[in-house]
Amino acid sequence: MTEEKEHREYAGQFRRSWAKLKRNKAALFGGALLLLYLFTALFAPVLYPGSPSAPNLMISLEKPSRDHFLGTDELGRTIMGRIIWGSRVSLLIALGVISVGLVLGVPLGLISGYYGGKIDFAIQRVTDMMLAFPGFLLALALVAVLGVGLKNTVISIGISMIPIYIRLVRGCVLSVKEQVYVEAARAVGSKDFRIIVRHILPNVMVPITVQTSLGMGTAILFAAGLGFLGLGVQPPNPEWGAMLGSGRAYLFNAPHVATFPGVAIFLAVLSFNLLGDGLRDALDPRFRI
Amino acid sequence: MFQYVIKRLVFTIPVLIGISLLLFFMLRMLPGDPAQVLAGQMATPEEVENIRRQLGLDRPIHVQYAVFFSRLVQFDLGRSARTQNPVTREIWARLPNTVLLAVVAITLACLFGIPAGIVSAVRPYTWMDYLVTSAALFGISMPVFWLGLMLVVVFSILLQWLPAGGTGSWKHVILPSVTLASFVIAFIARMTRSTMMEVLSQDYTTTARSKGLKEEVVIVKHALKNALIPIITVVGLQFGLLLGGAVLTETVFAWPGLGRLIVDSILARDYPMIQGAILVFGLLYIFVNLVTDLLYACVDPRIRYD
Repeated sequence: MTEEKEHREYAGQFRRSWAKLKRNKAALFGGALLLLYLFTALFAPVLYPGSPSAPNLMISLEKPSRDHFLGTDELGRTIMGRIIWGSRVSLLIALGVISVGLVLGVPLGLISGYYGGKIDFAIQRVTDMMLAFPGFLLALALVAVLGVGLKNTVISIGISMIPIYIRLVRGCVLSVKEQVYVEAARAVGSKDFRIIVRHILPNVMVPITVQTSLGMGTAILFAAGLGFLGLGVQPPNPEWGAMLGSGRAYLFNAPHVATFPGVAIFLAVLSFNLLGDGLRDALDPRFRI
Repeated sequence: MFQYVIKRLVFTIPVLIGISLLLFFMLRMLPGDPAQVLAGQMATPEEVENIRRQLGLDRPIHVQYAVFFSRLVQFDLGRSARTQNPVTREIWARLPNTVLLAVVAITLACLFGIPAGIVSAVRPYTWMDYLVTSAALFGISMPVFWLGLMLVVVFSILLQWLPAGGTGSWKHVILPSVTLASFVIAFIARMTRSTMMEVLSQDYTTTARSKGLKEEVVIVKHALKNALIPIITVVGLQFGLLLGGAVLTETVFAWPGLGRLIVDSILARDYPMIQGAILVFGLLYIFVNLVTDLLYACVDPRIRYD
């Protein structure tokens, strides 16, 4: 296949998948929600100028009103402002977590699947060990060692994502490397590195893309969970999970403090899940019915 | 079968060794002196020295690991830096609470998740299917701790039907287990739906229908039976998520289980306790995976273990 023809083939596939994604209303809704989320995170200083962490005890625990759209928290900070700025924190964490997972998990999965043998065995035993703990507990154990805070939240959750990528990529590589075009590439004398990057990687991109969208949602959930427990991003930084955690003490007289950050987490995670589901349906031929 | 059980048990040994290595290096990775960390902030220099000798921290690292491992297999996990009680005793006291919560939650999840998935697979693209799939999507996108708090607001504060936390009666179990189950119900329903849809499109389903069998018989005896294996796998894997969720749910409902223990220990930097709790969580997870594998054989006689 010539380069140009190959290119046209990819473009055709892309158009088909895009058309399919556009017909999927749920995925479009997810995409719109995601755009809203990205917009909020990007333009937080415009949407809510001023500090989201500056206390104003005169107006603490006020119910939602015209002045304070979603009410205020125990220190009199507007919840709307903190949610807007919190979207930055959660997006930053999610991007960081996925980068750690991708940068370490994908190459290890490619190597493990392509070379097999002793290298594969070693990588897989380490993966087994990491998967012996449920993801959130692994992140929790890492936080116990590394300590709390934004950076350690990203590292802990990121590491807990690595084995998932290793397994996923390895599984795909095992089936792709048996394909005729890989054999052909090897027959014409391509080097391993070129085969992996040019022929195998493009063919495992679909599951990686789907996993990345769903993984962003999981990362936000995990980070919020750590924040809620007091083991994630620390106050006074506006983090959704930590906001929920501190709002918990005022459930009886001011339930709105714990309610709205939860809605924000839910919508952000929902957007990634809807999009991930839609991408899988559009891109993965195995799911075509 | 017996041979398979033995073989499967032997396979868990490397994972157990892996977990022990992880726990061993966990303390070594900490900045500073592990003996000081274990003794706590208030310890006198003599106490720290004592712990150093007890742990054999002056000996070579492989000897240290051997000592650590031999203590581990005897379930000697040291004493809590916070309460000075043996870690094992504290864990034993909490374990039944977490297991109770997990078992009730997983039962609820199967009772609601599997039928919901079947209904939506049998009537795809109808209002019932849309209801199940959107509810399931909401379920997996919702933070469990938030759902727990909202249930407290509705059922404990507004309606005053159920206690907001603690233990004591069956009423105390309802909110935490429903909270914990919600996520897993959603996952199981999604998985059941996709598996059932695949099975229902198979040739043997068409054959069963064309034989003139009643639709119920086709669905239960032919389709569901074949869909059960992936469903059991998912239920087994979800148990891990359940354990992770237990940490959050127990915190919301002040439920005295292992999850709460692990969070309190991390906040108090009580490392022997953290090690112990993580070890037990790991063991629980391995045990459930083992049971899952053995269940395959019961459900599917085609699987031969040799």
